[in-house]
Amino acid sequence: MSKTSSSPSHQMTSNHQDHFESPDYYQLDDLLSEEHLMIRASIRDFVKKEITPFIEGWAEKNHFPSEIVSKFGMIGAFGPTVPVQYGGGGLDYISYGLIMQEIERGDSGMRSTASVQGSLVMYPIYTYGSEEQKQKFLPKLASGEMLGCFGLTEPNHGSNPSGMETRFEDKGDHYLLNGAKMWISNAPHADIAVVWAKDEKGRIHGLIVERGMEGFTTPETHGKWSLRASCTGELVFSDVKVPKENLLQGKTGLGAPMQCLDSARYGIAWGAIGAAMDCYDAARRYSLERIQFGKPIGSFQLIQKKLAEMLTEITKAQLLNWKLGLLMEQGKATTPQISMAKRNSVEVALNVAREARQIHGGMGITGEFPMMRHMMNLESVVTYEGTHDIHLLILGADITGINAFS
Amino acid sequence: MKILVCITHVPDTTSKISFVDQDTVFDKTGVQFIIGPYDDYALARAVELKEQLGGSIMALNVGLAETEPTIRKALAIGADEAIRINAEPKDAFFVAHQIAQVVKGGDYDLILMGRESIDFNGGQVHGMVGELLGIPSVSPVMHLDIEGNIAKLSREIEGGKELLEVALPIVAGCQEPIAEWKIPNMRGIMSARSKPLNVLDPFEDEQKTVVENFVMPAAKSGIKMIDADNVGELVDLLKNEAKVF
Repeated sequence: MSKTSSSPSHQMTSNHQDHFESPDYYQLDDLLSEEHLMIRASIRDFVKKEITPFIEGWAEKNHFPSEIVSKFGMIGAFGPTVPVQYGGGGLDYISYGLIMQEIERGDSGMRSTASVQGSLVMYPIYTYGSEEQKQKFLPKLASGEMLGCFGLTEPNHGSNPSGMETRFEDKGDHYLLNGAKMWISNAPHADIAVVWAKDEKGRIHGLIVERGMEGFTTPETHGKWSLRASCTGELVFSDVKVPKENLLQGKTGLGAPMQCLDSARYGIAWGAIGAAMDCYDAARRYSLERIQFGKPIGSFQLIQKKLAEMLTEITKAQLLNWKLGLLMEQGKATTPQISMAKRNSVEVALNVAREARQIHGGMGITGEFPMMRHMMNLESVVTYEGTHDIHLLILGADITGINAFS
Repeated sequence: MKILVCITHVPDTTSKISFVDQDTVFDKTGVQFIIGPYDDYALARAVELKEQLGGSIMALNVGLAETEPTIRKALAIGADEAIRINAEPKDAFFVAHQIAQVVKGGDYDLILMGRESIDFNGGQVHGMVGELLGIPSVSPVMHLDIEGNIAKLSREIEGGKELLEVALPIVAGCQEPIAEWKIPNMRGIMSARSKPLNVLDPFEDEQKTVVENFVMPAAKSGIKMIDADNVGELVDLLKNEAKVF
């Protein structure tokens, strides 16, 4: 009897049993508390029950399983660091990292859904919102009763968000919002959007735009070859009247959305290593099962080289993430430090996915194994929340004191 | 409704099993421990019954300090309090005696546990507890509902199932599909931190069983294919090699 075999029946199930175990080559589990280990085990069980049996089917059919939103709410994957009084988990940043690692072990798209809700919607409302806004939105976002999205990127402004064109005017008893946002995770299913827009003076503010406000639409982005189990869309604002109480007053300027991105990028640093672990674990098992020339392919030097390099890179990234978690917890983590970890983890994950795919030979091409899906997902992850190159420049600016992109 | 759920702390189902000290002691090195899967069903049903009827859940484990992460998980899943009897669970009678003593001091309506542990798989404890307390014990219970003072349950029997109505209090050894396993959520894990986990000294009892040694089952041998026309060879192999008759 396996403890992870109680998956409900579902039309899109895969025949594969999920035997995932995370590598812990340097006994890094010793750095975690008993509670951290229970959190990781719980989210892993959740992913084995609710995500991995179905994910290949969802990704293949480009299907966002909207029922996952309330399930994430129930397990506590939304806003784990938000205090309990607002419906959050009241957990530390290591816990948050572990939750993201385990969810992205299942799928980067699923992790995107969770980290947008937690870091990019709940975080700004909790950090910059009024007490009324917190009471109104946070418990519903935490429980999954509401899904949120975050609007910063625009069709003409990706790496340069300060050039944004979305604007709002003060009309006395309301604000009038005009503009468009693009590449927005969760947008087509979102009940609210935290939108960043400029006022008449060109200063950036956050506004909470609610589904149903006249002139607000969220067309879906079609034809993605990546994050196919998560939904992506645009936010279009055409003379949207936003009530004044929906303005986030706590912070203005580009620093406000950037601070949200720091929190989300931290989650990605852990998450991407989850995807890497899944690929490594699959490759390790396969290399022992697959027989060629009369012996397991794991007995060949070139396969061993790949596995040894994968494990080395995963282990280094685990240590980096763990230390970054402590810095986050102490409020000491800097944006460049977070950039380094996000950038490193995604690169490690992309390389591990590709090597693991090669170890699987032709079998690695199919959805019987997770590598191709992770690999395609990671092409988004390496691009969103600061591209791979922009993170280099953030580090470069920190090292030299000279900003290369402004 | 006052429910006692007895949980075992057992090796995960995928653990590699080995023995030390001249094959007299199970080697715990590197082994992941979990709540016994059948006990986990019992706990899940207890949580559902509490949601439905109100009351409280006490989790009980007989084990040394190493079992506390497993007990914390039971608290995270939904037990309100826990007791750990600070002793190595020597054998079924020893454990049953400890449980019976706890029940005597606790006025419980329901004593739930798995139909068997998955380390030694004795399946004896629920019966012994019932006998020691002079109350009914039923196993393996697949459905359990409570109406007033009556437990309505169904039990697997040879070739069918038996429907029973039993007056509380009772002991039940549970198995699927009594409930679905519950995965602790983040809030449950946080609240488990502050729930009481009381450690009690063992109630004196003699040890009735002594392990002489453990023996691993023989490794599976390969499959021999015998031609359909060659029944004589098959009979010979079954008789002289496999020794099945």
